[in-house]
Amino acid sequence: MKSTTFSGAARLLHWLMAVLIIAMLFIGVGMVSTVGASHDWLVPLHKSVGVTLLLLVLIRLAVRAAKGTPPLPADMPAPQKAVAHLSHLVLYALMIALPLVGWSMLSAGGYPITVWGAVHLPPLLSPDRGLYASLRHLHTYLAYALFLTVIAHLSAALMHGLIFKDGVFQSMAAWRTRR
Amino acid sequence: MPGYRVQDILSRRSLVSLLAIAAVAGGATAAFAYAGGWLSPGRLQPAQIVNALEGHDGKHDGFRRAHAKGLCVVGHFDGNGQGLALSKASLFRQATTPVIGRFSLAGGVPNAGDGRVTFHSLALKFDLPQGEQWRMALNHVPVFPVATPQAFLDFQLATTPDPATGKPDPAKVQAYMAQHPETKAFADYMAKAPLPSSFANANYNSVNAFRFTNDRGQTRVVRWIFTPEAPFEELDKATLADRPRDFLFDEVAGRLAQGTLVWHLSVILPNAGDPTDDATKPWPDDRQRVEVGTLTIDRAVAEDDGPCRDVNFDPTILPAGVSPSDDPLLAARSSVYAVGYTRRTGEPAAASALAADKAFPAPASSQPAAKESAQ
Ligand code: HEM
Ligand code: HEM
Ligand code: HEM
Repeated sequence: MKSTTFSGAARLLHWLMAVLIIAMLFIGVGMVSTVGASHDWLVPLHKSVGVTLLLLVLIRLAVRAAKGTPPLPADMPAPQKAVAHLSHLVLYALMIALPLVGWSMLSAGGYPITVWGAVHLPPLLSPDRGLYASLRHLHTYLAYALFLTVIAHLSAALMHGLIFKDGVFQSMAAWRTRR
Repeated sequence: MPGYRVQDILSRRSLVSLLAIAAVAGGATAAFAYAGGWLSPGRLQPAQIVNALEGHDGKHDGFRRAHAKGLCVVGHFDGNGQGLALSKASLFRQATTPVIGRFSLAGGVPNAGDGRVTFHSLALKFDLPQGEQWRMALNHVPVFPVATPQAFLDFQLATTPDPATGKPDPAKVQAYMAQHPETKAFADYMAKAPLPSSFANANYNSVNAFRFTNDRGQTRVVRWIFTPEAPFEELDKATLADRPRDFLFDEVAGRLAQGTLVWHLSVILPNAGDPTDDATKPWPDDRQRVEVGTLTIDRAVAEDDGPCRDVNFDPTILPAGVSPSDDPLLAARSSVYAVGYTRRTGEPAAASALAADKAFPAPASSQPAAKESAQ
């Protein structure tokens, strides 16, 4: 029988990345709105965690392809299922796009792309002032879109857990993999 | 088990759950807004400082909001190995590092005249091995008029010209100066101190302190200074207003058309008790200096074709072995320069004052300057 929960690896990655992404959103808006000393360590932390998340989402997609996903409840209406799948697609797209836009915008600005203390990533683009400005704004818009999608996703997950009680919340929140 | 229909979701039994979910979603959104500063108008934000600079000198699309008038330079740095005892930065090895940079005058007006009692500045970007960089933005005066970002903002606002008179309101200036003896001391110093006659014979100071770490993990806080080989000469302050608009930039480009210019980089070590978190306080002249290498500027290129215009000379872009000190100006500079950089790169680039100046000497090198990319 097909499992009713996501694989252990998928659950681990989901919750690890959820914590890191929410932290990244807060670090991002916090660091660009302060002139205080925290700016000195928040910006390097933001780049390092951001590039780590890019690696994690690639691993996560590989795990998903290998282990599959549990089906949504059979009695869930089709339009609602479609919205659920679409929202997951949007979340994955933003999880990939944000770090790539961050890396590209630093490339277009001619900045060094330093992560994890001493690793200097190669630029993805050659320097271009107009492109830098566009990507920099795109990074902000995508981050706001990710924040709103996460809030909607979290609200929907809690509705499954508290109101529908249909096992969808458990499929990601369970400690053990269940059949 | 409740179903998925709207009337099930809005039923009595679900009310508490729905309220709890709304509280989580609303709480998270409020926390996000708080982190972004939208709920705390009292927090000093970098955009306020950029707005104040634009209010002070006007908004000039495509140009830096401070040090708007500048000239690109290209050169190299030769380390002598002595610096490695203080910092493991690869710049200090006995090796040659390529450099691009920018001479500038302070102020946000791109075609302002050069005859002003203001900073002569040099910004540098060192391209170290493996994609590492060290960026600096240096002034000829070793101290700064303000110690904190809040004072920087207040100073800008107090000295912003009144649209009616075209001059700052003396009452506001006096009120600010009464609160800030350090700015008053700076103004008195600038009025007295000789101005260098050229970009070529000026010192260039880090102003802020930085933390150096060597490969044994020993840390010290230092400042640094580039001292010129060209002999110092003084600019006649009485005739400044009569000089041609671009005379300082023309002069240094003329010198570079003749040959290279050289500076010696010395690291300055403080005595116990010298302030490291206050850029308005000079360190006495007798402090120990360690010469660590020489900077050679080979040629000048107008910003329009040069490698410096689209670079943010953020002084916190540092190599391994160097990190910011506790000087509160440093984080503020990084955050403010980033906002200014995003604004100006989003505007069309306009021709620099020097590109339009017929007296501006052509670059010494015969190869087309446009080949310089802002690497
Ligand atoms: C999931 C990944 C990421 C998220 C959620 C994220 C989110 C954010 C947010 C919310 C901001 C503030 C935007 C604003 O208010 O204008 C920001 C700024 C920034 N992000 Fe990211 N980011 C991510 C990945 C990255 C990566 C991988 C890099 C670079 C390697 C990066 C570099 C930056 C930089 C440099 C800024 C500030 C730029 C400035 O000061 O102008 N980000 N990010
Ligand atoms: C940054 C935050 C988050 C992101 C980016 C995220 C992303 C995702 C994605 C992409 C999926 C689909 C998995 C797949 O089909 O491969 C998923 C599923 C799920 N997430 Fe999240 N998530 C986040 C936070 C949360 C939170 C805070 C909760 C709970 C309150 C949650 C609960 C769930 C649940 C229950 C599922 C399973 C849905 C199903 O069975 O289709 N997530 N999440
Ligand atoms: C909180 C204090 C300061 C603020 C808000 C500030 C603001 C600015 C801004 C907005 C720019 C233009 C950046 C760009 O668009 O790329 C700039 C450039 C510059 N600043 Fe500051 N500054 C501060 C302190 C200092 C100090 C202490 C120095 C001393 C060395 C300094 C030296 C320079 C130089 C040399 C440039 C020109 C860099 C270039 O050629 O691109 N600034 N400053």
